[in-house]
Amino acid sequence: MHEEKEHEKFNGAHFMWQLLQYLRPYRWQVVLALVLMLAITPMELAGPYLFHIGIDWYILPYSSGQISPTMAAWGLAIVVLMFLGVSLGSFLLLYALVRVMQRIGQEVTYDLRKEIFERLQRLPLSFLDRTPVGQLVTRATTDVDALNELFATGVVAILNSIVLMLCMGVMLFIWHPALALASLSPLPFILILTLVFQNKVGKANWQARTVIAQINTFLNEHLSGMAIVQLFNRQEKAGRQFAALNQKLLKASCDSINAFCFYYSAVEFICMGGLALLYWVGGLRVIEGSLQIGVLIAFMMYVQRFFQPIIDLSEKLEIVATAVPAAQRIFQLLDEPVTNLSPVKARRKAATHGEIEFRNVWFAYEGGANPKDENWVLRDVSFRVKAGQTIAIVGQTGAGKTTLIQLLLRFYDIQRGQILLDGVDLREMDLQELRSLFGIVLQDSFLFAGTLESNVKLGTEGIDRTSAEQALRKVGLGPFLESQAQGIETPVTERGSTLSMGQRQLISFARALAHNPHFLILDEATSSVDTKTERLIRSALDRLLKGRTSVVIAHRLSTIEHADRILVMHKGRLSEQGSHQELLHQRGIYFRLYQLQYKEQEALGAGASESLQPMPAIN
Amino acid sequence: MSEIIEPVDTAASESGRPSGWRQLRGLVPYLQQYKKMFALGLLMILAVAIIGTLPHLLIGVITDCLKGSPRPLSTLSGTPRELLQPIFSLYTPFSRDTLSFYCMMLIGVILVKEIFNFWMRRILIGGSHKIARDIRNDLHAQFMKLEQEFYARNRTGDLMSRATNDLNAVRMLFGQGIMFSASTIVTTVITVYFMFELSPVLTLWVLLAMPLIAIAYWYFGRIIDRLSNQVQESLGALSARVQEHLTGIRVVRAYVQEKHEIAQFDSANRGYAIKNVQLIGTTSIFLPVLSLITSLSFMILLLIGGRKAMNNEISVGTVWAFYAFLVRLILPMMALGWVTNIIQRGVVSAVRLNYILASEPGIGDAAILRSSMSPGGENGDGRPRSDGRPGMINTGTSIRGEIEFRHLTFTYPATSSNGSQGQAILHNIDLRIPVGSTLAIVGPTGSGKSTLAALIARLWESPPGTLLLDGRPIPEYPLDELRRAIGYVPQETFLFSDTIHENIAFGVNNPLEADVCKTAEIASILGEIQGFPERFETMVGERGITLSGGQKQRIALARAILRQPKILILDDALSSIDTDTEAKILLHLRYVMQQRTTILISHRVSALKSADQIIVLREGRIVERGTHEELLTPGGYYADLYQKQLLEQELEFE
Repeated sequence: MHEEKEHEKFNGAHFMWQLLQYLRPYRWQVVLALVLMLAITPMELAGPYLFHIGIDWYILPYSSGQISPTMAAWGLAIVVLMFLGVSLGSFLLLYALVRVMQRIGQEVTYDLRKEIFERLQRLPLSFLDRTPVGQLVTRATTDVDALNELFATGVVAILNSIVLMLCMGVMLFIWHPALALASLSPLPFILILTLVFQNKVGKANWQARTVIAQINTFLNEHLSGMAIVQLFNRQEKAGRQFAALNQKLLKASCDSINAFCFYYSAVEFICMGGLALLYWVGGLRVIEGSLQIGVLIAFMMYVQRFFQPIIDLSEKLEIVATAVPAAQRIFQLLDEPVTNLSPVKARRKAATHGEIEFRNVWFAYEGGANPKDENWVLRDVSFRVKAGQTIAIVGQTGAGKTTLIQLLLRFYDIQRGQILLDGVDLREMDLQELRSLFGIVLQDSFLFAGTLESNVKLGTEGIDRTSAEQALRKVGLGPFLESQAQGIETPVTERGSTLSMGQRQLISFARALAHNPHFLILDEATSSVDTKTERLIRSALDRLLKGRTSVVIAHRLSTIEHADRILVMHKGRLSEQGSHQELLHQRGIYFRLYQLQYKEQEALGAGASESLQPMPAIN
Repeated sequence: MSEIIEPVDTAASESGRPSGWRQLRGLVPYLQQYKKMFALGLLMILAVAIIGTLPHLLIGVITDCLKGSPRPLSTLSGTPRELLQPIFSLYTPFSRDTLSFYCMMLIGVILVKEIFNFWMRRILIGGSHKIARDIRNDLHAQFMKLEQEFYARNRTGDLMSRATNDLNAVRMLFGQGIMFSASTIVTTVITVYFMFELSPVLTLWVLLAMPLIAIAYWYFGRIIDRLSNQVQESLGALSARVQEHLTGIRVVRAYVQEKHEIAQFDSANRGYAIKNVQLIGTTSIFLPVLSLITSLSFMILLLIGGRKAMNNEISVGTVWAFYAFLVRLILPMMALGWVTNIIQRGVVSAVRLNYILASEPGIGDAAILRSSMSPGGENGDGRPRSDGRPGMINTGTSIRGEIEFRHLTFTYPATSSNGSQGQAILHNIDLRIPVGSTLAIVGPTGSGKSTLAALIARLWESPPGTLLLDGRPIPEYPLDELRRAIGYVPQETFLFSDTIHENIAFGVNNPLEADVCKTAEIASILGEIQGFPERFETMVGERGITLSGGQKQRIALARAILRQPKILILDDALSSIDTDTEAKILLHLRYVMQQRTTILISHRVSALKSADQIIVLREGRIVERGTHEELLTPGGYYADLYQKQLLEQELEFE
């Protein structure tokens, strides 16, 4: 079902044009490849002709006593030498051809991969959020490789076969039309057979693929839900269902195999039958004396070479068949629209100040410009953060806190209202410049595989090793650095799995600190850490927040208390704001939140905290 | 088709070469089952190889006829000569009739050869698909038997990859692999034999270049192996790069690292391209080298054969037949790399399949048949008994549903990735759930609630004698019987892509329409189902409608209730359902579950409070137990939870 739909959408001409665009930078290499292909053809055609010369000019005349032994010996030697020369020549040319084509294939796929990755950089997060990572990785790796196979193997082989067949056909007809006619007589039969069977084989294959897809879906589902299958005693029934599908697959495969086997055998029979015809037509002429026997032999050799590519062609078409869907998927990704671009004429921002303002902001992840009412994540949110202030955002899960900070970085564009930085709308600013004003620490402190240093610096120019090290020390990782033999060059594994939760947090603090941003955005981690680390984080946080306009999604009571102002988010709205004491006095939502989430911490902060065991650093 | 991302290849680690071949023995039974078919296939190969020599000889004979040699293929000796005698007897040089006759015969021989060829392919390739079907069925049956521990240890994606890609590789090994290797060997032997009978000296000359082919394979094979490994590694690095990048995309964007990331990707991309170019450099010289070596053979044929023909030592037809034989020898040589690749992949994959097929199910009835129990069923110590008397309870015994935990301490098996390894997840649980009563379990995430429930259904095996059903150790019940008595609604709702009706009727054979309807009503989902365009026949999942979390949970609940279980387990199964509907469902359940035991795990006090018995689990221990009222004394976890939920409710209505 799925595949049929894809077929309908497929526009062959446009697709080829798109593909050819990638060959454009390498057009001279392509020309070279075509020249090489043309140069090989005469070499490949020479062999049988040399056999003809050897037989008709030297071997037969000698054995019937027409020429002298020396002349025959020399002649044969020269023919063999020429044969050697032609073989070497075609060896070199073939090597060069494959080299050039594969090189083009590699360059094109390199370009394509690069383009895909660069496109990923510009695609909106909303797209990346809904596309599984694995799928995107497949685009950039497996799919591109399938395309390479098409360029490097499929196209060369097919072109080469076609050129060779054309040249050979022309040559045979010029040489001896009657024999050529007899030799190529199988061609129409093969074409008809191919057309008929392509249809049949195609259908059988499609059937088999459909059943395979069904089996895979069935198996995948039952593996994922194995507990349910077993709990509900469904094994036998599932087994029967599976066996039925499996039997269907066997039938479909066998249909396809039978068609294939018949096709292969029939083609071979027709080709060899043509050979018999050629021998009969030619043989009669030889007996008449109007044809040299060596010519007949040469023709036989040609005919074999002529039909081999046709038999191979079906194999090559399979390469094409897998490459086309892969290419389609890639183009689909590359056609994905890029949103929230920087404006053409971005307003420069002096960034001396540091004031943030949300003005009647409405936002929804889904639904485009006019989302349904229930999809709004933020509803009419307005607030101002003065330069140098720290505000804490509190609220229940799903209240819209994280959304708020993602909007500030323009990961998503809002539907209504304005977000202003020192009075300038975010959308009027250069995106890169905007983001470079911010330092961000996310709840899940993401570390890259690399070293401590590379994780602090990332790729930012202007942060040298000294400042990276300083930043690490400032957040309290000095002792840790000293304990590591490699110091700042201590390797970090993927996602920082060898480091503790607290260490990972501190490193991402150091990262933000080293970038010395105007604004700081912090999504506090909810996970508990031991008291010592807690103290470290606390003092690092103070250092980080000092003198910067900061927006903090707070989970720690101490952070809330230190904030200049608290924004209480509730169901997408900004429901209360003020200082800790003010809000407590209001006895509103904050008061309840406080009792729900933060009151316990107060008790812990007091000191008697038996239950605050150091937790193992698991996730 | 859904995309299956292959995990980073683990095949290499599992397949030490020597053990790889040994593990292949697991697949021998499949071959044995089809040994007649394989014998027939081999017979076909033999027939094709023998008949296949005839056209070549015939062409030689015709050539001699045209040339006017007094005797066709004058040097042919031995059995082949005797075989061809009837054909030779019709030979007249320069005769049109002979020519026509031989040409007709050529067509006839080719026809026969192709018929055998057709059947050879059909039997052997078709047979490989039959074997694949059998293995696939066995794999599925094995999957059905393996317990949760296995699925905790192995990722679905990996198992899928084994059941599809690896199975296919093994099929190729049995099909194309066996066919091509056998056919190559048989054809080579027979062809060389015929050549030898035609002219031993020329045969030796012509085959002179053959060792070069072997050397070329050996030499290039090593380099290509090494380079392809490097290419695979580079590809792995590239994938990892993209994967990591996408996972950390927010950090990348926030810190404006796009250019830096592009540069990093570029170097990985370049590295991969360079490795590929190196590999190509070798592969692209390999094939031309092979064809150069083969041209050498043809050159020798022309030179030596030509000289012999000149001196009338052999006929021109013989040289020509030699040429045809040589082509026949060389074509399979060209495909040798392909065949070895099929075989290598097949062996590696066979090991990966064997991993599944040879896994012993840890939970089942078989283990119990071997272990004993004392008559009272008090001490199911699992000690093997010499008399081998089965300790199973009669399948006729009906389960009442009294559950008892006795000093149960449970640790997940060390191999599973589920839970912290080696640490007990449940400590010294003592608990009795009388027939027909309701037990409610509450506690923080990771406190062992779901584990406790899973032990009752024997998804995991509890230590001997610690878990009793109706006073007998739970392993004494046949697994099927036990599970038939249980209705389980797991934490993660899992529905199958089938109709709603099929999903509800999942655990019951041909239920009455009315029962399905009634069950849906109990689960408070009937109204919504009737609102769907195709009602109970509405498809669920990808190809059907998208159900909300709450709808899914209620269908899963209906699925469990329809079994009329003696024990109903609700593992946080109402979490996505609003409190009003939840209350309604619980009311229905109380009515339905009157004589049945219910185990209810929930975070909502509203759901728990009317239970006969409530326990609070914390870090695997029962820290509080009692009824709702008893547990309300301040300071406890339960009381605290209750307070918080009252507050939350207030927030909800704000």
